[in-house]
Amino acid sequence: MIKGVKGSLLAAVSLALVGCAATGKDTASASDKPAEKPAKFNKDPYPSTYKPYPGQVTAVRNVTIFDGEGGRIENGTVLLAEGKVEAIGGPDTPIPADIAVFDGTGKFLTPGVIDIHSHLGDYPSPSVDAHSDGNEATSPTTPEVWSEHSVWPQDPGFSRALANGGVTSLQILPGSANLMGGRSITLKNVPSRTVQGMKFPGAPYGLKMACGENPKRVYGGKGRMPSTRMGNFAVNRATWQKAAAYKKKMDDGKAVDRDLAMETLAGVLSGEILVHNHCYRADEMALVIDMSKEFGYKVSTFHHAVESYKIADILAKEGICSAMWADWWGFKMEAYDSVPENIPLVYKAGACTIVHSDDANQIQRLNQEAAKARAAGRRIGIDVSDEMAWTWLSYNPAKALGIADRTGSLKPGKMADVVLWNGNPFSAYTRPEKVWIDGALMFDAMDPKRRPVSDFELGQPGEGDVK
Amino acid sequence: MIRALLLSAAAIVAVPAAAQDVAITNAKLVIGDGSAPIEGGTVVVRAGKVVAAGAGVAVPAGIERVDAEGKYVTPGIVAAFSRVGLTEVDAVSGTNDRSAPRTRFSAGLDIAPALNPMGSPVAVNRASGVTRAIVAPGGSSNLFAGQGAVVDLADDMDMVTRPRALQYVAFGEDGASKAGGSRAATFLLFREQLLAARSYARNPAALAEWGNDAMIQRADADALVRVIDGTTPLFVRVDRAVDIVNVLKLKGEFPALKLVLVGATEGWLVAREIAAAKVPVLVSPLTDLPSSFEQLGATQSNAGRLKAAGVDVSVGVFDDDDAHKMGYATQYAGNLVGLTRVPGASGLSWDQAFASISSMPARAVGMEGSIGSLRPGRAGDVVIWDNDPLELGSRPTMVWIDGKAQSLTTRQDRLRERYATPEEGALPNAYDW
Repeated sequence: MIKGVKGSLLAAVSLALVGCAATGKDTASASDKPAEKPAKFNKDPYPSTYKPYPGQVTAVRNVTIFDGEGGRIENGTVLLAEGKVEAIGGPDTPIPADIAVFDGTGKFLTPGVIDIHSHLGDYPSPSVDAHSDGNEATSPTTPEVWSEHSVWPQDPGFSRALANGGVTSLQILPGSANLMGGRSITLKNVPSRTVQGMKFPGAPYGLKMACGENPKRVYGGKGRMPSTRMGNFAVNRATWQKAAAYKKKMDDGKAVDRDLAMETLAGVLSGEILVHNHCYRADEMALVIDMSKEFGYKVSTFHHAVESYKIADILAKEGICSAMWADWWGFKMEAYDSVPENIPLVYKAGACTIVHSDDANQIQRLNQEAAKARAAGRRIGIDVSDEMAWTWLSYNPAKALGIADRTGSLKPGKMADVVLWNGNPFSAYTRPEKVWIDGALMFDAMDPKRRPVSDFELGQPGEGDVK
Repeated sequence: MIRALLLSAAAIVAVPAAAQDVAITNAKLVIGDGSAPIEGGTVVVRAGKVVAAGAGVAVPAGIERVDAEGKYVTPGIVAAFSRVGLTEVDAVSGTNDRSAPRTRFSAGLDIAPALNPMGSPVAVNRASGVTRAIVAPGGSSNLFAGQGAVVDLADDMDMVTRPRALQYVAFGEDGASKAGGSRAATFLLFREQLLAARSYARNPAALAEWGNDAMIQRADADALVRVIDGTTPLFVRVDRAVDIVNVLKLKGEFPALKLVLVGATEGWLVAREIAAAKVPVLVSPLTDLPSSFEQLGATQSNAGRLKAAGVDVSVGVFDDDDAHKMGYATQYAGNLVGLTRVPGASGLSWDQAFASISSMPARAVGMEGSIGSLRPGRAGDVVIWDNDPLELGSRPTMVWIDGKAQSLTTRQDRLRERYATPEEGALPNAYDW
C-alpha cells in the first residue's frame, strides 16, 4: 500500500551506544581447558576491499564550518590530505602552496551525513519484485542472514543520496518483518562493482531487531507465532536463551556445531555486534530495555523511535540513542502518537539524538529533516544551534554505528568525509556543491563528470541528468 | 517553562467563529498568482471573500484589523492531489476510505460522504497552512477510481467545497494491471466504457437491454457522461513519456475531455506536446529515482522544464504521505527554488513556486476564480506565517478559511504538552489534561 506502511515494514533499526563493546570475555578466556578446542570461525569471511579513491591535497577557505561535534567556525579553513582531515581552524590556518583551494565565501562545510537507517541496495530502484531483497520473511527470527548479501551496488539511490544529501556513509539494514532480521552492514557511499568495495573497513556489524506491529502481522498472517506483542517477546526470549547457552558453551571451550544464527546472537552478547532495534512505542522500548538486561546485551539505538519523547529521561539514563524522523506519522497505530517536537525533546533530555531516513527519497534530504525538527523545537523554547543540530546527522550516528573514532566529525586525523554546501544546509534552497569521501572528490555539482551514473542508468532515458 | 509557553501559544489561537470581516495589514503580501510579494501590503476579507489585496489598499472603517508585522501573508496552500479526510490511520482499514477494491462500482463512486472533517489529519494539515485540497479516490476494482472533491480544511462539519470535482483514472502500469494486464487492455477498456456511457446517454433504455453483458453500470455511466462532455475534469495518473503522448491523443476521439495529468514523471521528455495540448500537470516534484520502468527518466528538474515549456505546473505531495503530510508542499516548492542554483538543473522562481501550491492547483481543477489566490472574489483563505513559507520549519501563526479564524491546535500539540517533561509528576500523566 502506501509508502509509509511499506517503509515501516522495511525499516526497523535502533542504535545503541557502543558501551558494552570488547569486554574481553571471548573464547580466548577458555584457553586453560585443553580437552576441547573451541571452534574457530572466520568472523570476517567477506572482507572489505574498500580503498579510498585518489584525492589531492585540498583546502577550503572562508567557509562556515560545523565540525559535527557541536563546534562552529566562522571564516574557517579546512585542509584535506592523504584522505584525512589534516587541519581545521580559522583564517590563519596554514595551507600549503600549489594545492587545490576552494573559496567557501557564503558557503558551509560539514562532515558528511551518515544515515543509520537505509535499505538502499536491498530494496533498490526500480522497486520491482525481482529486486525485493530486504526481508527474509520466512521465519520470525533470521539472525543468520546478512544484509550485505542482498545489496545491489548498482542501485541508483546511492548516487542520489550522495549528490542531493551529502551522504558519505550509511548503514544498510534488513527489513522489519522479523523480530531478528539479520545483520546490518555499514557502507561508504562510493560507486563500486562489489559490495565488499563499499564496506566501511572495520565497522562493527549490527543486528536488526523489530518490535511491535510488523512481526506480529507478518507471522500472525501466516497463522504462526508470533501473532501478538506477547508472542513477539516470547519468541525473542526463547531465542536469546538459546543464544546464551550457545555462547556459554563456546566460552567454556566446548565444541559447538556451527550455527550461523547463534554466531550472530553470540556476537551481540559479547558486545561485538550492535543492536539496532526498530521500536516505535515508548512502553515497548522500556520492555526491550528490560529484555536486554535479562539476557545481557545492550541496545545501541531504537530506530523509528516515534515515542521517544515520552521516555526521553529513561533513554538518556540508559545511554541509548533514538533514530527518528522529523514528522512521519499516521501510517499505522504505532506511529499515531508522533509529534514534530520528538527530536528536540529527546535532545533536550540529554539523550543521543539521530535523524534517520529509512527511505530512498528522504535520505536525500536529511539536512532538511533536521531543520524541520529544529524549528519545531524552537517554537517550544528548545533552542538548538545549527552546529549542535548537525550532531544529529553525523557524529551521533557515527557513535551509534561504532565508527565515530574515524568519521562523523571534522577532527584532524579523521576520514576526510566532507560536504561543501552552496548555502546554509538547514535551508530548503541549499544543495551540496562538493562531496569528498576519504579526501576523494566523489561529487561536484560544477562538474557533470563528477556525478556517478550506475550501470542500470546507462542508455536509459535521463542518463547523466542532474536528477 | 516550556509548558507555560505551550499553553500561552494555545491561548492566542482563536476559536473558530462565524465569518468575520478582517483586514490584515503591514504584510509581506503574496497574492499567489505568480506575482512577486508586495511589501507593506493589505488584504481585506468581507463576508468570507477577499475584496481587496495589495499595496495602498484602504482599510474600511469599523473592520477588525490584524497587524502582520511585516510577516508573509499568503493565500492558504491548496493541496494539489491528496487523500486528506479519507483516512486516519492508513494501516487500520476501518479508518481508511481511500479506495474500494471490492466494489462493483467505479466511476460513479463519490468520495464526499467518506470525508471526515474531524480526523486528526485535517487539523494537522491545517496547522501547516493547507486550507484547501483536491482529494481523489484511491481506486476501485475497475479502471476508474471515482469522483473526487475539492474540500476545505476548516474546523467544521462541512468539508466539501465542490463535490464530484474530478474523475480519477490511472493509466500506465497501475491501469494496465486493473484492465487485465497490459496497456492495450487499458486503452480498450477506457474507450469501451466511454463509448458505452455515450450510448447510454443517447438511449438510457439501452443499458437494460444489454443486461449482464453491459460494459458499465448506470451510476458509472452517469459519471462518465460528465467526463465525456467536459463537465468533470479527468485526472489521469500517467508517468511514462509515451503513455502521456497516448493519453493526450484521447482528445482526438473525445474532444471535450478536460485532461489533467497527475505524476507525469517523464513529462519533461514530452513537455512541448503537453504544452501544445494545454493540459495542466500535477507533479510530485522531488521524484528523482527510477522507482519503476515507467519512471526511468525521473528528475527533480521535471517541474522546471515543464514550466519552461509553457505547461501549468502544480506541486503535490503524492505517491506517499498523501493524507497526513500535505504540509510538505511548501518544502517541495522551496526545493524547486533551490534547484535554480544548481548548474544544469531547472527549478522555479520563488513566485512561480508559491503559485504552484496555490493558484495553479486551483486552476487545474477549474476553480481559479474561487480559491487559490488573494485576488478579489476568491475565498478568504489567508495565512500569516512566522517566516518565509517555503523555508523549512516555517509555520502559520494565523489561518482563516472562508474568512473564519481557525484553531491551529492539534492532537500532536496536546501530546507534546503532556510529555514536555517526561518524568512522572505527583499524579500520572493521564490526569494531566
